[in-house]
Amino acid sequence: MNVPLNVKNKSPHKMERDHGLKIGKSNKVKWLSFPYILWMVGFIIIPLLMIFYYGLTDKNKDITLQNITLISDPINQKALILALELALISTVICLLLAYPLSLILSKSKHKSNSFIVLILILPMWMNFLLRTIAWQNILEKTGILNSFLSLLHLPTLNIINTPGAIILGMVYNFLPFMILPIYNVLVKIDKDVINAARDLGANGWQTFCKIIFPLSIPGVISGITMVFVPALTTFVISTILGGSKIVLIGNVIEQQFRLGNWHTGSGLSLVLMIFILFSMAILSKYDKESEGSHIW
Amino acid sequence: MVKKIFERFYIGIILLFLYAPILILIGLSFNKSKSRAKWGGFTFHWYKELFKNRDIMNALYTTLIIALLSALIATIIGTAAAIAINSMKKTPRTILMGITNIPMLNADIVTGISLMLIFVALRYTLGFTSVLIAHITFNIPYVILSVMPKLRQLNPHTFEAALDLGATPVYAFFKVILPDIFPGVVSGFFLAFTMSLDDFVITHFTKGPEINTLSTKIYTEVRKGIKPEMYALSTLMFATVLLLLIIINRKGEAKKMPITKI
Amino acid sequence: MKKLILLFAIMVLSFAFIGCGKDEGEKLYVYNWGEYMDPEVRELFKKETGIEIVYEEFETNEEMYPKIKTNAVQYDLICPSDYMIQKMAGEGLLSEINFDNVPNIKYIDPTLLESSETFDPGNKYSVPYAWGTLGILYNRTMVDGPIDSWGALFDDKYAGNILMIDSVRDAFAVALKYLGYDLNTTSEKELNEAQAILKVQYPLVQAYVVDQVRDKMIGGEAALGVIYSGEAIYTQRENPDLEYVVPKEGSNVWIDSWVIPKNAQNKENAEKFINFLCDPKIALMNFEYITYSTPNTEARNMIEDEAIKNSPIAFPDEETLSRTTAFQYLGEEVEAMYVEKWNDVKSNIE
Repeated sequence: MNVPLNVKNKSPHKMERDHGLKIGKSNKVKWLSFPYILWMVGFIIIPLLMIFYYGLTDKNKDITLQNITLISDPINQKALILALELALISTVICLLLAYPLSLILSKSKHKSNSFIVLILILPMWMNFLLRTIAWQNILEKTGILNSFLSLLHLPTLNIINTPGAIILGMVYNFLPFMILPIYNVLVKIDKDVINAARDLGANGWQTFCKIIFPLSIPGVISGITMVFVPALTTFVISTILGGSKIVLIGNVIEQQFRLGNWHTGSGLSLVLMIFILFSMAILSKYDKESEGSHIW
Repeated sequence: MVKKIFERFYIGIILLFLYAPILILIGLSFNKSKSRAKWGGFTFHWYKELFKNRDIMNALYTTLIIALLSALIATIIGTAAAIAINSMKKTPRTILMGITNIPMLNADIVTGISLMLIFVALRYTLGFTSVLIAHITFNIPYVILSVMPKLRQLNPHTFEAALDLGATPVYAFFKVILPDIFPGVVSGFFLAFTMSLDDFVITHFTKGPEINTLSTKIYTEVRKGIKPEMYALSTLMFATVLLLLIIINRKGEAKKMPITKI
Repeated sequence: MKKLILLFAIMVLSFAFIGCGKDEGEKLYVYNWGEYMDPEVRELFKKETGIEIVYEEFETNEEMYPKIKTNAVQYDLICPSDYMIQKMAGEGLLSEINFDNVPNIKYIDPTLLESSETFDPGNKYSVPYAWGTLGILYNRTMVDGPIDSWGALFDDKYAGNILMIDSVRDAFAVALKYLGYDLNTTSEKELNEAQAILKVQYPLVQAYVVDQVRDKMIGGEAALGVIYSGEAIYTQRENPDLEYVVPKEGSNVWIDSWVIPKNAQNKENAEKFINFLCDPKIALMNFEYITYSTPNTEARNMIEDEAIKNSPIAFPDEETLSRTTAFQYLGEEVEAMYVEKWNDVKSNIE
């Protein structure tokens, strides 16, 4: 009997094929997901329902929408809009920086996929708070960057405590999450397809536009998701690098919970969740594969 | 040629960007002055002090144990789940993958607080276990998302073939499936471990007294000034992993050599 | 692959074993500010009494409060600030201390015990641990002449060089005192005025900070900052150009005291520890570790460094103290009003 061993799925787009493993006629394998489902219901779904509960009630346990409408308060509105702006800009910058890098890396002869990945994840082994504080050392008026610039008799930059610093902090912290999915998708593109395009007369730019980029879209979508959402909800970066002068929605929510106002905090969190779901829904229109991230 | 130089330069800039603050932290670990704002001279003092500091050592111990256990448990549950989900029809599959994405789409502050709320509601005392549960919860999605792509690349026929040849499902799994998805499982484990190591917000809301991870310990130090022992510890951890990486990479290259010689 | 896992596991476990070691016995659960006690003190207590201290730290009173209020955790001994003690006592969350078990209270400065009556009438619930003032830290080389007024923080000529404090009550204290009002005011009219000048100040502010103020002032990043007296001493050591002043318009005196929550499991051990901390030798150890002023008169006498012993920063004179006031808890509604106005200032809404 001829059994093809380890045949990779070479088609660039998903074919509807027979998924997964079946044992005999019945699909007993799906019971393997039981522990997971239990866990998720207990520790994701139910806690989420608690947030719903707190968000839609007030201290007297009456149902109310006031926690939700709190978002229309000018302070909260500004915080949300600022957060959206900064997160959007950071995501775009991450994309612009990450894509060329992923292209370069995917073409490199360094066969060690895992090595590249690990080099990108390695900084995360140093505590996030410490790394963000270290950026203060670099960006401050008396910081390293400005000392370096003065040495070269160049004008000093005043980045710290501005939205620019927050964007830099966001890009710094989330860039690896944009690089990895794009890189992993690019690496899986079959070289034969590219070669075929070349044979048919396409130049580099056309190959990129018509073949490479469209095929990489699932990775791009993953990357955008993994950058935009944490960027939208951060509060540490705006406090440390923004000098607390720029109040983002993450700061507002964190303050509410810190002060013990669970109801208002939950209400605002619900609004935030809706925004995120909305953005993800728009994104998923572009992702025909739509089965989630492509971290690897 | 120019293109190659430009490419190398670009990679270099990005790496510099990613590692700049790390270099600063390494530098600060040798700084005699406690303040990050001035250089007081070179010293190894903090490295010595580090091992005498019980609080930091305890936090380190807790951090590593939680990372290891939560990554392990998440990997087991997640891998099993990925296999199961992979074999489902489209609708249950989409629903479950949707739920899998929830922790990643939610702000970590919301995940942390929602878990705290449920622990308080169940009158479950916050402590080591509550943190562990929280970490497993946000780790499982990373495992599933790492294993899934590998599962998709699998040829299901090999598994059937093994069954046809008389193997029990369990045996067939360990000999046929697992080796193929292993890279995904390992990456999932490693990613989960890393995420657990660096987590602050979720740990902050779900921990009880006497439990401190490095992240929460650092947070309590920010007010009165980060202890330079922390910089020393971070440098040591970083150096250890870097060393491991280099060793693995060398081994990987050594393996390839004999084959190409022929 | 397998070798990698083995190596990894060995590395992790070896790191873990360095930090190993837990023991049993009598316990005491203490909840304190971060970096607010010499770890050696806890070791000494254990040696002397055999009681193991389970030590937990918090960053802000507001973070500590819900844990006590919701009974999420049972601590035996907590160190909140003045106004928070008033709030918690008012809500019945605290136990009265049995001072028969705390004979060393005699070493605590009576002036401070008197000040404590602002938030703890009769001194029933609290024993002072550390205290200080709120003031301006400035860099002599970056300002024109000695600073003596909160006005400097609102002065155009220092635009971009001012570090304002990122804490609602403290920030309003600065503004209210500058305007000549009581920093415990509940008058919305007065608060609006304070809010107005804080908003005008916003463009002049380099950053709103609490702890970061130390390193930034040491590094010469700004000319002026708002700081607690305890931190000022540390910064002066690192940068001799720095001076501290309690402005002439008056300021806040803050006191952090030990209290015992009602749901404490080891009340007697808690009282034993409070007594231990009031021992002058121990108080001196802590003073040297945290550099925040100690209320222990005997410990102060034992300070070797004359400059510190007589430091007007660490131990301000009567005249300075007379123009300082402690914070009171103003009730939920008023406190919420403060927070709302503060958020408005920081968000820079037109």
